[in-house]
Amino acid sequence: MPTFTYADKCKGEGKCVEICPSGVRAINAGTGKAFTTEPNFCWECYSCVKACPEGAIDVRGYSDMAPLNHRVTVARDTAERMIQWEIVYRNGLVTKQYEFPIRTVPWGSFEPNNHDNGSLDITDQRLSHENSKEVRRPDPEQHRIMKEAE
Amino acid sequence: MQTKTVQCDLLIIGGGMAGAGAAYEASCWGKGLRIVMVDKARIERSGATAQGLSSLNCYLGSDLNENTPEDFVKYVRSDSMGITREDLVYDIARHVDDSVQLLEEWGLPIVKDPVSGKYKRTGRFQVLVHGESIKPIVAEVAKKSVSYTYEGVMITHLLTDDKDSNKIAGAAGFDSRDGTFYVFRSKSVIIGAGGATHIFPPHAAGEGWGKTWYPPWSSGSAYGLISKVGGEMTMMENKLVLPRMKDGFGSVGNWLLSLRAKTTNNRGEEYESRYTAEQRKLYGKYVDTNPLPTSLRDDAMFRQIRDGKAPIMLHTEQTVSSEDKVKEGWENALDMTVSQSLVWASQEIDPQSEPSELVLSEPYIMGSHASQSGAWVSGPPDIAPSDYEWGYNRMTTVRGLFAAGDAVGGCGHKFSSGSFTEGRIAAKSAIKYILDHPNEKSSMRKQKIERIKLEIYRPVENDKFGRAIVSGGSVSPVCLSPYNGLLRLEKIMGDYCGGAESMYMTNDAQLTRGLRSLGMLHEDLQYLCADDFHELQRAWELEHRVWTAETVMRHTMAREETRWPIFCSRSDYEMLDDKNWHVFVNTRYSPGTGEWTTHQKPVISIIS
Repeated sequence: MPTFTYADKCKGEGKCVEICPSGVRAINAGTGKAFTTEPNFCWECYSCVKACPEGAIDVRGYSDMAPLNHRVTVARDTAERMIQWEIVYRNGLVTKQYEFPIRTVPWGSFEPNNHDNGSLDITDQRLSHENSKEVRRPDPEQHRIMKEAE
Repeated sequence: MQTKTVQCDLLIIGGGMAGAGAAYEASCWGKGLRIVMVDKARIERSGATAQGLSSLNCYLGSDLNENTPEDFVKYVRSDSMGITREDLVYDIARHVDDSVQLLEEWGLPIVKDPVSGKYKRTGRFQVLVHGESIKPIVAEVAKKSVSYTYEGVMITHLLTDDKDSNKIAGAAGFDSRDGTFYVFRSKSVIIGAGGATHIFPPHAAGEGWGKTWYPPWSSGSAYGLISKVGGEMTMMENKLVLPRMKDGFGSVGNWLLSLRAKTTNNRGEEYESRYTAEQRKLYGKYVDTNPLPTSLRDDAMFRQIRDGKAPIMLHTEQTVSSEDKVKEGWENALDMTVSQSLVWASQEIDPQSEPSELVLSEPYIMGSHASQSGAWVSGPPDIAPSDYEWGYNRMTTVRGLFAAGDAVGGCGHKFSSGSFTEGRIAAKSAIKYILDHPNEKSSMRKQKIERIKLEIYRPVENDKFGRAIVSGGSVSPVCLSPYNGLLRLEKIMGDYCGGAESMYMTNDAQLTRGLRSLGMLHEDLQYLCADDFHELQRAWELEHRVWTAETVMRHTMAREETRWPIFCSRSDYEMLDDKNWHVFVNTRYSPGTGEWTTHQKPVISIIS
């Protein structure tokens, strides 16, 4: 199956069950461990892999297209705001490692309603953050305007 | 089953890019109002950008004089072969740069050119980002902006007013974990739900069935919800088919535009230009636009494959000359299509030394990319022609019901940043609607709510009954599982509505047969069964997909020309016909009579 869970690492916390956008993760009532219920509705999006605190989830490419013995693993570090990838080819001859930033400001730093609409009126075409900007309209000299601006 | 009733002023359905934009903007204008967001998944990783993105495909750079909104409208109009809502597209274009600026403020790493200090361009309207976390970033914004968020709740129905069936009154759905029935009563609703995959059979099979290019959780809820309450729909025949890397569906845009990779046939020959004369005969002047419209590029590739010139190859190996370029190529896959990396690693294809094979994808239904399916909405009051304007920007033909992102038709090429922007536009407009109607109330009879509740949980009852009458196994004469129903839907659409199975081609006779089969599938939905609340979600996703498919089929039948080859090819009308069909095809389902009506709307240019 696309995502799978290493039995010895999974502690059944269920972060993957919560985060899966496709709803294909569940806890097995017998073992208390998470598993992929509908591998054919998994998108290999890695949301569960990135969210698992134990690093218990990995991906084996879809069986209809991916020969075995490959590895694409990820470590997403929210504190450092970086993501690291490692790709190992099936033949073992190629290995790639890449690291990318994921955010430039700390998580949780967004303050709601921090943009004052100032003098903007709701009938104005400008959006909330655009008080200092002009509203563009097609130039009637150059373009056919079918309706006069109100 | 427990019922929870939620009262609010504004309900935002779907927490993807459009919904998140709506949440942000609504909080700015609707201070003191109760704004609620609902998503069937966790907003941190919901919607089409759940995995991440490697570029923002809609950014103009107007303040830096890189592009004007007029430039963008002209580009969208050309790529769409002359049919687009220029007022809506212009509106996105004049606001999208501000949204990109906001995304950067909130911490989205946008790559800058070291010399000019401007955003690094990967195409005329594209900028490069380290976008793995675009969704968690906007989710933080959305959740902090709204009064309350309901996650894991799937909306199955929109609710209209008892006294005025063309006025929105709220929505209903259920929690897919514990089954709780939800009724949301609101003055206004914004649909930010997504486009649709699995309307047509995917190329992938078995375990890989979920590997569609757009996500498998895009269940066409935008179209299913809006059309069912009588919202007018447009351009549903404008399906999306894209050239993508075989199996992994890795994106090709960055390789073609930024890394300048070439595509060739099995003889190593460039092929797009050899069909120019033939395409001009069929599709007229649109052949001469630069860049060549997406559907004409599809058409050239299709002709090569038909003529035995496959495989088509993308020559990545000729472009990744420096380590930076190699890294950009890999990041493109790792940020938003990890499957492509898995395909490269497992099939031992190193893009640095070997080309990758391209295929034409199966068709998708969406409104944010190079296709423009969605609701027919009112345009911006200051620039919309009067035929396109009935009061509130982005309001559908149902009063108080707004749309954004994949839900809005005739407004393509907005992608993530444009969908976020459209959410903002729709939210500001919805707040104005709410403030303009302070005393307006809507009524809903208790019996109506009870009837919808019974309807929602019927698959669970069907399952119990269906299982009770057979000795075991999954086959029962009175049950249709959501999975098997979905397979039937895909088969009907693939065979009759221009899927890869019928060479992306259809005609009136095929569509007539298809509509008949689809009608029976629609009737059979009453036999849907669900073993648990998760499968119940699958049942309702199928219901939304069937409604989506029905609108797609009716629109395809109505357009008696081939304007967008491969997207919507008609073998009985193989030429583009500007004289009769330079118009929008719109449909409306009447909830009162159950009848569908089809009509044309004019295409009006605001840019010469």
